[in-house]
Amino acid sequence: MQTTSLTFLGLESSCDDTAAAVLRVFSDGTRHILASTVMGQNTLHADFGGVVPEIAARAHAERIDVCVQDALRDAELGLADIDAIGVTSGPGLIGGVLAGVMCAKGLAAGSGKPLIGVNHLAGHALTPRLTDGLEFPYLMLLVSGGHCQFLIVKDAETYSRIGGTIDDAPGEAFDKTARLLGLPQPGGPSVEQAALKGNDTRFKFPRPLLDRDGCDMSFSGLKTALLRTRDVLVAEHGGLFETDIADVSAGFQTAVADVLAEKSRRAIATYLELSPKDPVIAVAGGVAANKFIRSRLEQVAHDTGVRFTAPPLALCTDNAAMIANAAFELYQRGVRHDMTLSARPRWPLDTSRPAMLGSGKKGAKA
Amino acid sequence: MSHFSFDLALACLDDTAELAQRFSKVLKPGDVILLDGDIGMGKSFFARCLIQSSQDIPEDVPSPTFTIVQTYDTEIGEIWHTDLYRLSGADDIIELGLLDAFETSICLVEWPDRLETLVPQSALRLRFSPGPTEDARQVHVTWTQAAWTTRLEPFTHA
Repeated sequence: MQTTSLTFLGLESSCDDTAAAVLRVFSDGTRHILASTVMGQNTLHADFGGVVPEIAARAHAERIDVCVQDALRDAELGLADIDAIGVTSGPGLIGGVLAGVMCAKGLAAGSGKPLIGVNHLAGHALTPRLTDGLEFPYLMLLVSGGHCQFLIVKDAETYSRIGGTIDDAPGEAFDKTARLLGLPQPGGPSVEQAALKGNDTRFKFPRPLLDRDGCDMSFSGLKTALLRTRDVLVAEHGGLFETDIADVSAGFQTAVADVLAEKSRRAIATYLELSPKDPVIAVAGGVAANKFIRSRLEQVAHDTGVRFTAPPLALCTDNAAMIANAAFELYQRGVRHDMTLSARPRWPLDTSRPAMLGSGKKGAKA
Repeated sequence: MSHFSFDLALACLDDTAELAQRFSKVLKPGDVILLDGDIGMGKSFFARCLIQSSQDIPEDVPSPTFTIVQTYDTEIGEIWHTDLYRLSGADDIIELGLLDAFETSICLVEWPDRLETLVPQSALRLRFSPGPTEDARQVHVTWTQAAWTTRLEPFTHA
């Protein structure tokens, strides 16, 4: 009997969460997520105003076993039905990455199935292939708590980073804004909520690097400006009124949206130089869930004649379906790893580019 | 045990960057620099400048808030840039391998209060606070180990 599909097991444990997933790819190219389990760190820790990450390799190791079992059970498959095993082998916290890599090696050795190490960021960057069947090359804005970069995805192994943040990621800026304003964590939804009732013109926040060429961004100076505004308000009336919080949130959110929109416009211009057949920008990451920012980005795409897509949020946050998907892409290209696969805490997708300067030796004028 | 300290006034971001550059000249593996101060006081900015000025080809130095640890190979040795804000206790610090790194690398530690009793005796503390203008900062430098007194002469006799 001829095989009409390939089935991939994906493992992910490079960040706060631990996850496993089973993906089936049919011969006509359609991809189905048969199972996807995530054991989260979603217990909010009030004392720290955020998600407490799991540092211990042992905890990840225990969870990843359970995740794999659950994913296979949900998919109603056994290890024997899997064609290859993909695992995040970096970048990330070493304990978590190691736990995933060791587990995947054990499964590969035990089952005799091929092993494929996947870059966590490639997992995110290739997600639009899974969700929307995008053709290469496409433009990707990866914008989340820890990341913010524009990538031109040329194939599963070739990424051109045309810009990114030189300091904080926008998701982090949202979290820190919430911290400064006394709003609950995670900051993204609570700042967006507060901004709904706010006037975004009352406070003028900076648009760092907007006047500079290129697609690099900076969000750290915005945080400092917000801190100053808050302190002035507190000094004036001994605290923050609800309208103050709403107006600061709105001013901040609009500043972030302005920067992302303008830099997206430039990134699209660079991308269009490649004359893609069906130009498309994919926005992935938690920040794409912000309706205000998302509508601004959709507008930019519309104005520049580029299709806009954003994978569903569950596939934009850390998950293992994206790792199984990336493993499939690499498998197609003949990539196979063996028992020497190692965990790489640092692993930039595009190693051909120099650092995003503008900070450091000269000092950022953020 | 004696405590030593001095204060610096930084008028602008360039002053902070210059201070970081000068610091990179005196650091060596085994040094632990605690970067204290509220959010937005420029701890990461200082660390970024220090790391990039100790590299031949400066790398990106993203905020370590989400990743907790970022490591860099530099001319002066391996640098660990850590943000302990999201950690919940001493177990996490040990699990990260931070105590080993204290011995073998240059460690720049943001939110060092999370270290609790694990603060090395030899650590140098830089506390950043607001200055008279928007970009101005006050830096309060403290230490207990006498060796720093000699090593920091370029700064105290500026």
